[in-house]
Amino acid sequence: MQFLNFKEGQFIDFLSFKRVAAVFSAILILGGVASIVAHQGLKYGIDFRGGTNVQIQFSTPPNLDQLRQFFSDNGMKNVVLQTFGAIEDQEILLGLPTDSPLGTGENLTSELRKILLPQHPKLEIRRIETIGPKVGDELKISAVQAILIALGLVLLYITIRFQWRQGVSAIVALVHDVLVVVGMFSILDKEFSLTVVAALLTVVGYSLNDTIVVFDRIRENQGKYRKKSFDETINLSITETLSRTLITSGTTLLVVLTLFLLGGEIIHDFAFALLVGVLIGTYSSIYVASPVAVFLTKLAPPAGTAPVTS
Amino acid sequence: MDIKFKGGIILIVLIAALYYAFPTYQAYQPGVDPQTVDNKVNLGLDLQGGMYLDIEIKVEEAVKEIIRRTAVELEDLLIDEQVDFVEVRQTAGSLIVEMEAGKKVNLELAPYDRFLVQFDQQPEGELTYLQLKADEADRIRESAVSQALEVLRNRIDSLGISEPSLQKQGSNNIVIQLPGLKDRDRAIELIGPQAVLQFQIVNSNATPNTYNRLTEVVKYQEVWDKTTNKLISKTPFVLDKKILMTGEFIRDARVRIDSRDNSPYVALSFDSIGADLFAKITRRNVGRNMAIVLDDKVQSAPVIREAIAGGEASISGQFTVEEADTLKIVLRSGSLPAPIEIREERTVGASLGEDSVTQGLNSLMIGSALVLIFMIIYYRLAGVFAAVALTFNVILIISILGAFGATLTLPGMAGIVLTIGMAVDANVLIFQRIREEMKRTENPRAAIQEGFGKAFRTILDANITTLFAALALLQFGTGPIKGFAVTLSIGIIASMFTAIVVTRFFFDIVYLRKTKLHKLSI
Repeated sequence: MQFLNFKEGQFIDFLSFKRVAAVFSAILILGGVASIVAHQGLKYGIDFRGGTNVQIQFSTPPNLDQLRQFFSDNGMKNVVLQTFGAIEDQEILLGLPTDSPLGTGENLTSELRKILLPQHPKLEIRRIETIGPKVGDELKISAVQAILIALGLVLLYITIRFQWRQGVSAIVALVHDVLVVVGMFSILDKEFSLTVVAALLTVVGYSLNDTIVVFDRIRENQGKYRKKSFDETINLSITETLSRTLITSGTTLLVVLTLFLLGGEIIHDFAFALLVGVLIGTYSSIYVASPVAVFLTKLAPPAGTAPVTS
Repeated sequence: MDIKFKGGIILIVLIAALYYAFPTYQAYQPGVDPQTVDNKVNLGLDLQGGMYLDIEIKVEEAVKEIIRRTAVELEDLLIDEQVDFVEVRQTAGSLIVEMEAGKKVNLELAPYDRFLVQFDQQPEGELTYLQLKADEADRIRESAVSQALEVLRNRIDSLGISEPSLQKQGSNNIVIQLPGLKDRDRAIELIGPQAVLQFQIVNSNATPNTYNRLTEVVKYQEVWDKTTNKLISKTPFVLDKKILMTGEFIRDARVRIDSRDNSPYVALSFDSIGADLFAKITRRNVGRNMAIVLDDKVQSAPVIREAIAGGEASISGQFTVEEADTLKIVLRSGSLPAPIEIREERTVGASLGEDSVTQGLNSLMIGSALVLIFMIIYYRLAGVFAAVALTFNVILIISILGAFGATLTLPGMAGIVLTIGMAVDANVLIFQRIREEMKRTENPRAAIQEGFGKAFRTILDANITTLFAALALLQFGTGPIKGFAVTLSIGIIASMFTAIVVTRFFFDIVYLRKTKLHKLSI
């Protein structure tokens, strides 16, 4: 079975879409940035903001308003309640602020049981997560560090294996991907947690795969077709690697979709970030990395070559 | 490379992989206790249920405590030696000895010189500053952490967890892992308190408004309603600042029931030094009240009716039996050298862990099945090669995790699932190359050679950069993210081996050995 079967030398003019792609990317990124500004920052999960989350399962569908009233009657006013997972799981996630003495206290489960048991005799406290404010700040720093380290290593590696132009274009594409995923989390009002950062870094690695495969082919084709223009070589290279790009994206999407649908609520956001990331990463290696490489090559042609014209 | 040689290598790796993966298979069979099997993949606390705690030892408090004790000691010594001093003050990292005008004391001479082992002195007129030496402070901090480890280990032993783990992390953190823990509150109760027991004399003549701030201190007795967890009363006690005795001499602690009102109390027995000290203290203070202070809260303040010689004391309060039991355990294991703070807690119930395992395994199986089916449909025989290589890949990952006794978390399982999606990339790169080469040449043999050769460099580049991302994640130290980074890294490396060596081997034995080769199933 085959699809996208091109004859040798035949190609799709991807670069002709570069303006459309630029507008598309700009809308995605600016939309995300606007959303982050409108929400006054990202909606951090407890990993970054600190606090306590308690996952509780009920034997009957929980009524959030009633529960909220309940907690407030028992002197717990600052709790945040939300349903967790599918409705039929009958689970809620209870959020306590960092300064709640109950969170790290020795009475957390007994207190919750005391409040809830009379109405819900068969509840189960399934998970408790507390992150101190100091740890939250530390994790924020490590998250930023991790992303910078990854990008730095990538820049270095690609610059050594290719040229700085490719290195910079790859970084532009990666930053693009990270911004789009982060923006998407803000637009959809999803919590930005540590696992999402893990997903982001995976996306960085993944998106780079695609970019490198294309760059590798460009380098090879530059040696092979010395008479072709740079634009043409790029179009040809993207076309030649297109079926590989789509197949790999396809198989990765298959497993990510499986994780998203079957992996459970705990890794749901993680899987979602991967889902968006894999799609956007595939797009960016074709429509962001290569056009930027063209742009940089025109801006600063490699020494010893004639200025490139398109 | 010779086919036989290559086959030999693959066979050895396969046997090794099966050998190292087997304990994991064995350990998680129904009816088997995983703990009886060594060299298996351990399930993280998020998968088997349990508690993860990251606590910070407030080591600066231990340093302050040493300075405080030194101040008291020095003051006592100056009084004994009848030196004319005004007071010994304590600041953040130092002591200040203030002499009366015109008077001097030479700290370099005995009996004061022992203080200069830990402190540097700097005289300025009537004032002498004693600064704790930096290396001494470091030593105090270090020993506070190792002492805390010891004490916490003793306390946790009483929880009856079969494989608890306590590890020092960074300079003053301790990570505690309690797999299979059922009662979360009980663990916090045991781990949390510093359990510093102090005996101080009550000054019944002073009130909280009229007491001598230099020699006395106010501490409170709190009474809590056990059913509502609300504070009922808070009674102040004016106490002599001097701490007559601490809990360090406790030899044993037991819970007893008071026959008069059936209330539980904790009976202490001191070692011989403690017994002598306690006898001396009680003899000197007959008729006065002695407060028993636990973590700066007054538990009780009974009247001393007579000198107590037997080295026995009791702490009563409004304890429930369970509270008395906890107190017994913490007093037996000794006090923590400094207070602790919970930095991070992750507690997962066993049933949620089981659900996560099921969900993780389902994703793994269905995800892999989808990818394998796609590969076989799209690349036919070559797809079958890839499918076998991928299966090999998963066994390899499990065996490597097992060989290192690594821990598998839910994100770690996601990492394996993801690796499968990405591992086919190497195969796809090779197969697409071979297809391209097939258009160019009539010779399938050359197409295979060229395909593998040209794809190799790309595979290497692409995988190394993904490894960078995984490495950047490893800096998150412990926790779920590390599990993901570990499986992702192992998966990437394993996938390069299976795609480049194993898939290639199949091509070699199926196609390259044929004398007449016209067509490839790819």
